[in-house]
Amino acid sequence: MTLGTLVIRNLRRHTFRVALTALGIATVILAFNLIVTTVRAWYAGVEAAVPNRLISRHAASLSIHLPLAYRDRIATLNGVTGVTYANWFGGVYRDAKGFFPQFAVEPASFLDLHAELSITEAERQAFLGDRRGCVIGRRLAALYGWKVGDVIALKGTIYPGDWEFVVRGVYHGADAATDETWMLLRWDYMNERRQQIDPDRAGTVGWYVIRIADPSLAGSVTRSVDAEFANSTAETRTETEQAFQAGFVAMSGAIISALKLLAIVLNGVTLLVLANTLVMAVRERTKELAVLRTLGFRPSHLTALMTGEALLIAGLGSALGIAITIPTTYIFGALVAAKLGNFFQHLTLYTSTLLLSTSVTLCIAVCAAAFPIMTILRDKIAAGLRHTG
Amino acid sequence: MNQPVVEFQRVSKSYVRGEQEISVLKDFSLSIPQGQFLAIMGPSGSGKTTILNLVAGLDRPTQGTIHAAGIAVSQQGETDLARWRARHIGFVFQFYNLIPVLTAAENVELPLLLSKLARRERFKHVQAALGLVGLSDRIHHYPRQLSGGQEQRVGIARAIVSDPTILLADEPTGNLDRTAAQAIMALLTRLHQELNKTILMVTHDPHAADYAQEILHFDKGKVR
Ligand SMILES: Nc1ncnc2c1ncn2[C@@H]1O[C@H](COP(=O)(O)OP(=O)(O)O)[C@@H](O)[C@H]1O
Ligand SMILES: [Mg+2]
Repeated sequence: MTLGTLVIRNLRRHTFRVALTALGIATVILAFNLIVTTVRAWYAGVEAAVPNRLISRHAASLSIHLPLAYRDRIATLNGVTGVTYANWFGGVYRDAKGFFPQFAVEPASFLDLHAELSITEAERQAFLGDRRGCVIGRRLAALYGWKVGDVIALKGTIYPGDWEFVVRGVYHGADAATDETWMLLRWDYMNERRQQIDPDRAGTVGWYVIRIADPSLAGSVTRSVDAEFANSTAETRTETEQAFQAGFVAMSGAIISALKLLAIVLNGVTLLVLANTLVMAVRERTKELAVLRTLGFRPSHLTALMTGEALLIAGLGSALGIAITIPTTYIFGALVAAKLGNFFQHLTLYTSTLLLSTSVTLCIAVCAAAFPIMTILRDKIAAGLRHTG
Repeated sequence: MNQPVVEFQRVSKSYVRGEQEISVLKDFSLSIPQGQFLAIMGPSGSGKTTILNLVAGLDRPTQGTIHAAGIAVSQQGETDLARWRARHIGFVFQFYNLIPVLTAAENVELPLLLSKLARRERFKHVQAALGLVGLSDRIHHYPRQLSGGQEQRVGIARAIVSDPTILLADEPTGNLDRTAAQAIMALLTRLHQELNKTILMVTHDPHAADYAQEILHFDKGKVR
């Protein structure tokens, strides 16, 4: 026999209570993991940003466009090694659910600046050679079963009308953080039709993407771009791609903060549930614990006993929690995809998330054990021996 | 020849309950030489358990000092006391106080977990102690599967398994019928005579006290 034997026998005294506690902890772990996974998906876009790219947009609003003529002026600035531009196309496939990011781009320079979108040279040439062509991400292609040669029909919202694009290439991300749900179509084709419907806005671009020679130049280039167009009718606001996407994320920042807070609060539930179970156990065993101390068990032994019990319950809860998290994340991902399309394209359950939730839970278990330990050690042994009940 | 193993020097103990102060021991002095079997007799509520608790360092005196098995018990820290108890004190309780989720053998093994003995060694000691109290055939029984007399014998085995200097027994027969009580007292007598154990027993049962070498009558915080 060891102290461990005693810990396990004690746990088995109240199987139902232990099971309920473990289930409670498992539920917290599940919720925690789902929240962390969601928050991480949110930030994944920001992490994907390349440090040597800047985004320049209209100072007042992203929805006001910039003149195409800015391109050449930006290109001549010091430290700039490439410029391209894009418009948010905002088309809808079939119905509102079929939403995914579509950008009208200048094909050669856009692909040049976004090397993380890798396609074969043949596909690139095909895209450059077809005004109605488009390039789509691998995940997007898989989602709708699209392949090269297929025609994608979109209903325009910003640029009204029915649009058709021929898939000329499928790109895949150079690393795991690359968004593989984009659709790139040609700006010249979009602009040509726009000229007929909305001639006033023709020839304008949503934003510029600027490549700089070195990430350390970000500050100076940002300032020189914005200075270049200061006091014009369309002033610019330039920032790193990272900051731009972070800003995008920040629009929903309040929700993210609320989720983070919720994740922390949830762990408070673990603390309470576990502490409650342990305090109950200790109260029932007041006399036994006093007997152990009479036999010569030291405060450190009692601490080990209680901590062992807490860790075992928390460990059970964690194992159970992980077991239900894995299928649930899968279902959650499918549900989110059905509701929001590809909005959360990085909804991946990482091992590190599971490790985080488990280690947080185990740390909490140690804290929870502190309550009953203090209760035991505060009382005189003689008082514990006199305890009835 | 005999250096006392337990010595109370003008010990007072009172409990505060609300506004009231209850005085249990007043200027109590006591000296027990090595190898003695002493019974302290007194009515219920006279402070017998309090004396044993003070010897074992489970409670602290309000005044005075207590020496036992080489240390000033009343002046030690919690952890040191625990180490000392593991080596020197064996405690037999009126209500046996076995751990219900452990078998007889496991209950007896408990104090040995605090020693450096290996598993195999521990088991030899456990078998010897349970053999001594005549329970070799019950080692894998749980307390609820034993009679009161058997439980108390397991309690005694647990108290002596680590060969302590002092055996403290708090009304060891208080909860047993006549026959079981006699068996327990015979056992304590053997421990005293054959193993030369120092035993301090408190009881209100004159039959039990008769087994002791010496009897001390005690009431209202004082020796009569
Ligand atoms: N923790 C305590 N608080 C208040 N009074 C106590 C406490 N422990 C014991 N007493 C009182 O001290 C007296 C002696 O108790 P005890 O030593 O248990 O007597 P005995 O063992 O002789 O029956 C009793 O009146 C009891 O009520
Ligand atoms: Mg008593």
